Amino acid sequence: MTDATQGPDAKTGVTPDTGLRIVEEELAGPVLAADGTPLRRSLNKALRRQKLRALALIAPLLIFVLVTFIAPIADMLFRSVENQIVSETLPRTVVALRDWDGEGTPDEEVFRDLARDLVIAAELKNHTRLGSRLNYETTGASSLLRKTGRGVDDIGEELTDQFIALNPAWEEPATWIALMADEGWIADQAEWAAEKEAAQGPFTTREPAFRLRDGVAEMLPRTADIYADFARLIQTEDRDSPTEEEPWNIVYQALWEDLTLGPVTLPEDEPLLAEAAVAAPTFDALSVTDAFVDMDRDWADPELWGTIKAFSGKYTAGYFLAAADFQLTADGIAAQPEDRQIYGLLFGRTMFMSLTIMVSCILLGYPIAFLLANLPMRTANILLILVLLPFWTSLLVRTSAWKVLLQQQGVINDILVWTGIVSNAGRLALINNQTGTIIAMTHILLPFMILPLYSVMKTIPPSYVRAAKSLGATNFTAFRRVYFPQSVPGIGAGCILVFILSIGYYITPELVGGTTGTFISNRIAYHISSSLNWGLAAALGTILLVVVLVLYYLYDRIVGIDNVSLS
Amino acid sequence: MTLPPYATLGQKIWHYTFLVICGLIFFFLIAPILTIIPLSFNAENFFTFTPGMLAFDAEAYSLKHYRDFFTNPDWQQAVSNSVTIAPVATLLSVALGTLAAIGLSQSHVPFRRAIMAIMISPMIVPLIISAAGMYFFYSRIGLQGTYLGVVLAHAALGIPFVIITVTATLVGFDESLTRASANLGAGPVRTFFKVQMPLILPGVISGGLFAFITSFDEVVVVLFVGSAEQKTLPWQMFIGLREQISPTILAVATILVVISIGLLTTVELLRRRSERMRGMTPG
Repeated sequence: MTDATQGPDAKTGVTPDTGLRIVEEELAGPVLAADGTPLRRSLNKALRRQKLRALALIAPLLIFVLVTFIAPIADMLFRSVENQIVSETLPRTVVALRDWDGEGTPDEEVFRDLARDLVIAAELKNHTRLGSRLNYETTGASSLLRKTGRGVDDIGEELTDQFIALNPAWEEPATWIALMADEGWIADQAEWAAEKEAAQGPFTTREPAFRLRDGVAEMLPRTADIYADFARLIQTEDRDSPTEEEPWNIVYQALWEDLTLGPVTLPEDEPLLAEAAVAAPTFDALSVTDAFVDMDRDWADPELWGTIKAFSGKYTAGYFLAAADFQLTADGIAAQPEDRQIYGLLFGRTMFMSLTIMVSCILLGYPIAFLLANLPMRTANILLILVLLPFWTSLLVRTSAWKVLLQQQGVINDILVWTGIVSNAGRLALINNQTGTIIAMTHILLPFMILPLYSVMKTIPPSYVRAAKSLGATNFTAFRRVYFPQSVPGIGAGCILVFILSIGYYITPELVGGTTGTFISNRIAYHISSSLNWGLAAALGTILLVVVLVLYYLYDRIVGIDNVSLS
Repeated sequence: MTLPPYATLGQKIWHYTFLVICGLIFFFLIAPILTIIPLSFNAENFFTFTPGMLAFDAEAYSLKHYRDFFTNPDWQQAVSNSVTIAPVATLLSVALGTLAAIGLSQSHVPFRRAIMAIMISPMIVPLIISAAGMYFFYSRIGLQGTYLGVVLAHAALGIPFVIITVTATLVGFDESLTRASANLGAGPVRTFFKVQMPLILPGVISGGLFAFITSFDEVVVVLFVGSAEQKTLPWQMFIGLREQISPTILAVATILVVISIGLLTTVELLRRRSERMRGMTPG
């Protein structure tokens, strides 16, 4: 072999290092791999295969995490802006409200659309869901809609009676079918009915879906619209046939509106309609607006209508505004009333308490880390167990311990009374307030401060401090000017870690925080399980998530996420 | 930390003050956990030391809270739920996590940082947010309130720990060993089980322990994703602490402290073994 003192480039001839380079330079013809393919292609293929194998190993977990974890987070982000319920439950009203200027009560037209929407919603039992949604914005909306849902069926009753009095044929489902249904559908339906009649035993085929007659939507737009919904609901919800059901009152109401208000061009061959068109203007019709206001005075309230209009979009910033103590009104964004501004306070309190906990962790953690880093390895390892044992103990065990210790009749108060520091009557309130949360969480998060501090301090060479002292620095100056600056990265890492963990904490504040010591996460949980305002919970969660991700980004820049160590 | 013989009086005072402060902080760290152990043997339903206990009167101590724990159906149900959920979740996260960690530690992985970020994310996102998202999403797909839903959620939470510990172990892994094994005619599966697995086993086990602890100690996610049928031990403790605080909780807490001492010892032993193994492998 050649002289070992030469570098590889000094070698003459082809070495593994220079082989490819020579090929590139000379292009004297491709170097071939053992199977005859060019070496470059062969190497690329091998690299590709290696990449694919790595990805194949990663893929199962990646898919698993995407489905079980990332998708839920994405769902939460979506729910924080999603607002389909208003536009889905009140499609006609939402369109009609576009022209409303926000002043006074909307006109009769809007109420007529509302009546149609609510009859359908009440039939589908959707109106209560809409009520709870609107209740987040305007208190009282929930009971308003429940009440209205019970009474809305009666709107147009007087017109039903008058139509039937005019001609009893209006009472017959068959009259309506002849007027509204497509001829093809009537034939299909008749065939289906005959089959059902002939069938022995249970008959499971569904009735053909209702189809409107051509042209009827232009002739009687409102009636056709509501009748089509009526027929569809009778078929899907009641599992019944429109050929056997008398239409709802609201259908008669719509017919009356079509006949009296719109310019109707009736075909010659509909004597029944022609007769009704002549008679309709003479009917005694009640105002739909009055009917609603009779059911509940709130329907005359412009504020309620403003809310409906403001939340008529499919997506809304309303939840985020609510999370920032603003509200969406018809006139745009406005601040919440003073007594409902709680989220700013809650976010502020979460930040303040997390900072307090972080500072207490530095104050308690720094001396311990310093001691551990400067003791001989063996002693330090034994003392480290005292740090690691709380770290490994169940969170609930530690929380129960504090709950027991901090109670009015608990161990700490007993000791204080026994030593005479406080009187028996003056037992300290250490739990169910901020003090309780701060004490318990400092204890729980302290290991997260000590461990990063310790790992940084272990790397500080003791010779620096000795050098400073030999140059005349006092102990304090040596510490302040030499040791402390070198331990700052550890403080930074520990602080961010403790802060991130504490702003998202739920269990401990819930158990020892009472009402004044709770965090934003407790409010999120409250909205999920008690008030059922999921959108607001999602918006609060999204804000919290963004804060945490920003902090993690900083952590990554300062410490590096790969340096997260567990032992 | 030894005091030089020439230390002045002020330095001596400061030195001992510092040691006392450290002692107090250690006391703060450890005392709450130790206090509940004697309290759990309290014969009365009190949460403080009775005069009898302070006088070491045998009458004042009893095992009745432990008896309650072992006979009360609520607690037994919780225990059985915990031991059926945590191992399955751990198994899932260890199996998937180890494979992925091996994939991630190879030299050419496209989008390595992004993939790593996604896999670590369950550890970064606050639990309440994970719980909220999972509650929304799992109720959409019908997993909310089911055993499977809780297991999947817990497995997702345990995965980052497996990934971190196993990739850390693989950093010290000598790739030439797998090449040697392949050279001697072993297939990839055989190489994995005969060569790679025994060497990274300490990392896998300690990752598994972390995942197990995460699932076993987890309460926020199970509160939302689970229903009363999946009530685990921490859930039962949470209810007990929030509603009707009963001294049985102290007995449970004591048992859990003993278990965590056992786990701590195991992890420490594994870490030592892993360091020894790493010392043995070349490079």
